[in-house]
Amino acid sequence: MLAALRCVIYRDLLLAVRRSSDVLTVLLFFVIVVSLFPLGVGPDPALLRTIAPGVIWVAALLASMLALNRMFASDHADGTLEQMLLGATPLGMTVAAKILAHWVISGLPLVLISPVLALQFDFPREFLWTLTLSLAFGTPVLSLIGAIGAALTLGLRGAGALLSLLVLPLYVPVLIIGAGAADAAVSGLGGQAQLLLLGALLVFAGAFAPWAAAVALRISTE
Amino acid sequence: MNWFKYSSPQTFFPLAGKLAPWFGVLAAITCAAGLYLGFFVAPTDAQQGDAYRIIFIHVPAAWMSMFLYLVMAFWAGLGLAFNTRLSGMMASAVAPTGALFTFLALWTGSLWGKPTWGTWWVWDARLTSELILLFLYFGFMALQAAIDDPRRADKAGAVLALVGVVNIPIIYFSVKWWNTLHQGASVSLTKAPTMAATMLTGMAVMAFGFWFYSIAAALTRARCIMLERERASEWVGDYARRSA
Repeated sequence: MLAALRCVIYRDLLLAVRRSSDVLTVLLFFVIVVSLFPLGVGPDPALLRTIAPGVIWVAALLASMLALNRMFASDHADGTLEQMLLGATPLGMTVAAKILAHWVISGLPLVLISPVLALQFDFPREFLWTLTLSLAFGTPVLSLIGAIGAALTLGLRGAGALLSLLVLPLYVPVLIIGAGAADAAVSGLGGQAQLLLLGALLVFAGAFAPWAAAVALRISTE
Repeated sequence: MNWFKYSSPQTFFPLAGKLAPWFGVLAAITCAAGLYLGFFVAPTDAQQGDAYRIIFIHVPAAWMSMFLYLVMAFWAGLGLAFNTRLSGMMASAVAPTGALFTFLALWTGSLWGKPTWGTWWVWDARLTSELILLFLYFGFMALQAAIDDPRRADKAGAVLALVGVVNIPIIYFSVKWWNTLHQGASVSLTKAPTMAATMLTGMAVMAFGFWFYSIAAALTRARCIMLERERASEWVGDYARRSA
């Protein structure tokens, strides 16, 4: 079973490397959205410093949602998904492997570039690790919850806009706790509580979301 | 008695048709009584004056908005677990009423907030989580509307409703820790009520009125859904000929 999962992850990563423009588009979207905020609200460093975690988190939310459409769509189009549904590996495990691969492609680059963007906002350097860590814990949760929405809207017309309507309300706790971690760190309270909560959300979503997404996939493809 | 007799659209349709008007009449009576209690019997509040009287619509609407999401998720889950047609239809029938009460709670809350807090809207925990609840209702209805096959729409909506139910407490607490201005709950089962008994009675009567209205509206809507989905069946043909 582990071999099959390794195979799924390897295949998805290989596909992403071969079509690296897809990965770069999401990353560039993230960078551009974050860079738009100073243009919109003005270049006052004090203001930018306070809104930095929120802006980066909202941009990460939108960028990860933009990438969700691709999680199952191409496999659905070429029939690979049906083979996965029929295969001997439990579907929940296969879905978990796909989500992990999807996070490595679309979530991890955001986490890695976020400290650089935070510096653009003059975010205090000693708290950069809290912000990065909160994104590292939070973006996998976004991929996990998003997988359910992606599976439910598979093959529907207007799936993109519908997906955002389904998934964004469910993202709210992650956004609040994630952006709260860096805010709490800056205000001197320390972000540990929020980071632990994000970890709890990750464990919870990691246990249940692949399973729910698998149920949704069976519904969408029957 | 066979409890499953009414689990098929064919037998449930006439039953719903008989029950809906009764619940409609009950709703009209209890709402009228509740509004009378609220506007004429309940005393004027010492601090808020007469502005507080919107509580008689606001609080019962907020109760119903949350309760109806649970009802919707219950029917959706039942449909998913036992693969029954009628459960999915009931879930779709409850959703618009739930969204209506959520909107009503937000709207009356905003009307109440202006004279008492001095603002139409604050990013307070309960307001925000109620707003997110409205988005969850919209998401459920939009997903069902986007899927042409009704059976797939029922099941996909069921998964979404159940995921939403798991998420509601998480959303509520995360928003609560984030910010709070709303007064604490005025009605509690464990403490003595902090308001006059007539106010409490008025609110309870209004809550029953909204409850009866929800049942009547959901049954009526379920009847329409049944006719639409079962239009190929014989009993719908008979019904159409009889009522033509």
